[in-house]
Amino acid sequence: MSTLVATRDLALAAEFIALEADLLDTRDYAAWLALWVPEGKYVVPVNPDETNFEDTLNYAYDDAAMRSMRVRRLTSGESMSAAHAARTLRSVSRFRLLGHTEQGELQVRSAQQLIEYKFDRHRTYVANVEWVLRREGESFRIVRKVVRLLNGGDALAGITFLP
Amino acid sequence: MTRDYSALVKDDRVHTALYTDPAIFEDEIDRIFNTTWVWVAHDSELPNKNDWITTHVGRQPVIVNRDKAGTVRVMLNRCRHRGATICEAKKGNAPGFVCPYHAWTYGTDGTLKGLPLPKGYKDFDKGDYTLVNLRAESYRGLIFATFNQDAPPLEEFLGRARPWIDLFLKQGGGYPVKVLGEHKFTFPGNWKIQLENTTDAYHFPIVHKSFLSSLDGDTGELFSFMDAGGYVEDLGNGHSVMVMIPELVDLEENLDEPIPERFAELADELRAEHSEDEVRRIVRAVTGSGFNVNLFPNLACSMAFFRVLRPLSVEETEVRHIAIGMDGGPAAANRARLRLHEHFQGPMGFGTPDDAEAWERVQRGSQAGEDSVWIMLNRGEDKTESNAGDVTAETGMRAAYQMWKRMMTA
Repeated sequence: MSTLVATRDLALAAEFIALEADLLDTRDYAAWLALWVPEGKYVVPVNPDETNFEDTLNYAYDDAAMRSMRVRRLTSGESMSAAHAARTLRSVSRFRLLGHTEQGELQVRSAQQLIEYKFDRHRTYVANVEWVLRREGESFRIVRKVVRLLNGGDALAGITFLP
Repeated sequence: MTRDYSALVKDDRVHTALYTDPAIFEDEIDRIFNTTWVWVAHDSELPNKNDWITTHVGRQPVIVNRDKAGTVRVMLNRCRHRGATICEAKKGNAPGFVCPYHAWTYGTDGTLKGLPLPKGYKDFDKGDYTLVNLRAESYRGLIFATFNQDAPPLEEFLGRARPWIDLFLKQGGGYPVKVLGEHKFTFPGNWKIQLENTTDAYHFPIVHKSFLSSLDGDTGELFSFMDAGGYVEDLGNGHSVMVMIPELVDLEENLDEPIPERFAELADELRAEHSEDEVRRIVRAVTGSGFNVNLFPNLACSMAFFRVLRPLSVEETEVRHIAIGMDGGPAAANRARLRLHEHFQGPMGFGTPDDAEAWERVQRGSQAGEDSVWIMLNRGEDKTESNAGDVTAETGMRAAYQMWKRMMTA
């Protein structure tokens, strides 16, 4: 692949990842759900170095059904923590094109610095995020998003947003 | 000034200072966590000789290991020279321990084996510098430790909780129970708020409404246990059991009942390698037990996982939700267990964040009316020994606080 094409792919992917971040920070969950391919997997592993998500414990290991149930939980008003959800602000950066899958999907890694605000305090969640993105027209759909929290193996706190 | 602890714990209520007073917290560390049996590990975390993990007893860092003779030991994670922690990783396997500061080297039983430049010491007896060993005993794979050489034997301490532990372990489905992983989180609140919660069925349909809404019809019915014959029983020594789903007390009974629809796919997958009897036993075990056994002060065998609490300060507590499964059992069954655990537990579960929010609110509320507003424990005041029929009775909390009072005034 030419450098030019790779540069363009990465720029488009970065733009898409920024969009995804914005949708989550503004809690536009319906739009967020629409970013996914039906077989997409949203994974937040406990161990930041994990490779076998299916046979290990994750914070989230979501197929389409779990994603939509998760969104319902966050928006239904039935959850006391989600009804007073933290405000979040995430910066995404350090985009790197790792390669392509056999199906031609982009494999990208980015950095994510997320700050939540709730109960008079800020908390920080920092993660490497790995993406598999499928081209669709001028944009992408998410095949896989893996959020590898730096402190995933240690004690976190109740999370009332989607990292 | 030491407070009169017996005046702070009444039969039906406790004083707010139990959540807020740093001096009481210091006394709790001393008189409870440094005095009684504290759960530290499950056998499956140390399958081989020389395996070790790091954890805490109360506030003190310890190493739990299986020494080269196969004996489980619990030792302070602190070099006898200048006091550095010896292990900082969560787990490992090693034929001995070397302090990274000056390379004092210990055997797996904690005896000091060697040190650099020994001629720098006069009359040095290595026998004086063994790593501090706690008393360690285990019951059915549950490993406990205590600093107290005079504590009763572990089995006596567990007492009437033992048969419930036996029942809980039937969720191995014919295999030994094995730790599959854990979620860990902290909340800004006192440790006893969490201690109460695993024997609090009353909150379930309120706090966990969003979880209940996410379940299919049959499972939702299973978790509608407010009026389903459950009960709470005081088991002595601060321990208690809360039975929420009576038909899931003994997982080896009712094996001929139809397999629930939600497990049909799993059952099909298991049938490839297992007899119909085994499939039924495994599927029923995947569901988990229908009760919580609360062991004072830090462990709950809670339906399908171990809940472990650690007091960090008067208003900060760490909670671990340890997922368990079948050691050597079918991968599909263990995957199902992992997915069920992820659904409810942990910082992103459909249940835990709401619990954590409620507990934090209890702590925040404790700033108001310290002397006038007490923490009420009078629900389902004991009319019969077992409080038969009332799963929402606060019997388990009363049992824990009576043990608290006994230990704090001893």
